[in-house]
Amino acid sequence: MAKVVIDNVRKVYPNGTEALSPSSLSIEDGEFIVLVGPSGCGKSTLLRMIAGLEDITEGTISIGERVVNALDPAERDIAMVFQNYALYPHMSVYKNMAYGLKNRGMPKADIDAAVQKAAKLLHIEEFLARKPSQLSGGQRQRVAMGRAIVRDPALFLFDEPLSNLDAKLRNQMRIEIRKLQRELGVTSIYVTHDQIEAMTMADRIAVLNTGKIEQIGTPAQIYHTPASIFVASFMGAPPMNILDGHYNGNGGLEIKDLGHVAVDHTLEVTGDIQVGIRPENVEIHQAEEPHTIPIKVDFLEELGAGRLLHTTIGNTPFIAHLDNEHQINGETVFAHLPARALHLFDASTGRRV
Amino acid sequence: MIKSQFKSPLFPYLLLLPQLSIVVIFFYWPAAEAIRSSFYLEDPFGFSSTFVGLDNFRDMVSRSDYVATAEFTIIFSVIVTFFSLAIALLLAVTADRVLRGASTYKTLLMWVYAIAPPVAALIGIMMFDTLVGPIAGFFQALGWNYQLGTNRFDTAFAMIVISIWKQVPVNFIFFLSGLQGIPKSVQEAAAIDCASSTRRFWTITFPLLAPTGFFLLIINITYSLFDTFGIIDVVLKGEPGNNPVTLVYKVFLDGFRGNDLGGSSAQSVILMILVLILTVFQFRLIERRVHYN
Repeated sequence: MAKVVIDNVRKVYPNGTEALSPSSLSIEDGEFIVLVGPSGCGKSTLLRMIAGLEDITEGTISIGERVVNALDPAERDIAMVFQNYALYPHMSVYKNMAYGLKNRGMPKADIDAAVQKAAKLLHIEEFLARKPSQLSGGQRQRVAMGRAIVRDPALFLFDEPLSNLDAKLRNQMRIEIRKLQRELGVTSIYVTHDQIEAMTMADRIAVLNTGKIEQIGTPAQIYHTPASIFVASFMGAPPMNILDGHYNGNGGLEIKDLGHVAVDHTLEVTGDIQVGIRPENVEIHQAEEPHTIPIKVDFLEELGAGRLLHTTIGNTPFIAHLDNEHQINGETVFAHLPARALHLFDASTGRRV
Repeated sequence: MIKSQFKSPLFPYLLLLPQLSIVVIFFYWPAAEAIRSSFYLEDPFGFSSTFVGLDNFRDMVSRSDYVATAEFTIIFSVIVTFFSLAIALLLAVTADRVLRGASTYKTLLMWVYAIAPPVAALIGIMMFDTLVGPIAGFFQALGWNYQLGTNRFDTAFAMIVISIWKQVPVNFIFFLSGLQGIPKSVQEAAAIDCASSTRRFWTITFPLLAPTGFFLLIINITYSLFDTFGIIDVVLKGEPGNNPVTLVYKVFLDGFRGNDLGGSSAQSVILMILVLILTVFQFRLIERRVHYN
């Protein structure tokens, strides 16, 4: 159990590419942090630096009170779950789990107790004698988790552990990992490119893009007050609609191809801005009302729990979420964009204003 | 299975005939001939032969020079196999860690593979030559009166070193590709689980290389028993004198120098049985070989 402090950590590869620009992140004891971002954003590099599998170019990482920069992976008191599980193919499940403990010189009886306990927790007792090749993907995933748990580490590291599982198993394991982590109370860092995993599992999310941390916050903060256009469009499915607009001070906001929208607070910037609205915040009316604009229905996507209305505004695709009760008749409907639901971003920097 | 659609049932056999005839003429017929002549005593000029039953075999095993050769062959094979595997593994593990100039390093190590055994032996005897060889000179400078071709031990030493040197690149290539077949994440998981890199090698890397290792073991035993013929011939310059030889070389000596075709055939039959045992062993191993996903 430990607090993890990442202080201005930077990674530059020998060929000169900067995988991570100086980034800082402080993780509380027992917290579940998800690093999320598209591939190549530096999230795995950061995780591997914490694990000790990559050198740290600049900055310091400390786990507990110890600065671990110079320590070998085995000395950092961490356990890691890999994307392809990385089980030892020549060892039985039992030996896979016992290996790390044996190398630390733990007495045989204690090893056995720890392995049995972890196996029970993960419901893999009946597989202990099997080789990894005789297990299904989900079972291997459990063994990989078991190998991490028996170590009783200060920190869990997860490197996209669910991406090799099918959708149903993924949902199930997602919940199980989270439950397990709560029970054990071990600080955890979880890397994924899947924003749903990030939203559902994290205490706090760090969104990374091109080697930079764009925003750190709780899932609700990230979703409701995204710090940049990137975070706004990356988090959420379907993604946030982004439209071009212009703000000329005094509450006058013009959205391109849509017209005037009244905003109740004054912005600090004037000029070109980008306007974002989540699909579920768009109000759709059958008849024209004040502050609505007519839109053409391209098609409706059935979700079961609702429907998505697809259209284009100007040349920009636009999506609105409809409840099941909401009936759509005809090809044209009227959309209202409530001012309180709008997210406004500086068009040049992409930051929230 | 796809069923063939030939009109005549004999036609497939006709298609097989060229391949079969090559196998029969070049492999089975000489082998059968060797087995046959191992039961006969042939006069040195090849005019007549007498059936002597198992006399050739009895004579062979009771002769002290045959027993001595067999003993030397075992020692020779064990040393050559062990060291060519061990050195190759050491080099492969080192090469696997190299990050810069890796391909140059690997190419340099593989180069020797392209040299034919007799040429390798020629280079070897130049190095080990009593008068001009730099290695012999080095030993002599250390106080070891190294005499290639006259001292039994010194000649065996050169044969062994040259044989190992020739075989290391082959093993190196196999070991290196075996090492590169071990998933990187497994090595990384081990790095988190185990602080000592030596211990990691023996508990993770080495067991995962075992299939490659078993395969190479058989290949290397076969090599040291049979394929070292060219090296031994060049080192001895065709005149063994008092120097040690291997069983295969003795077959050649007794048959073609000693004109004892019956005795030489009997020795070949023993070697054939040895190869047969090795082959069965190898097939068993390949069948049972652990398959990693």
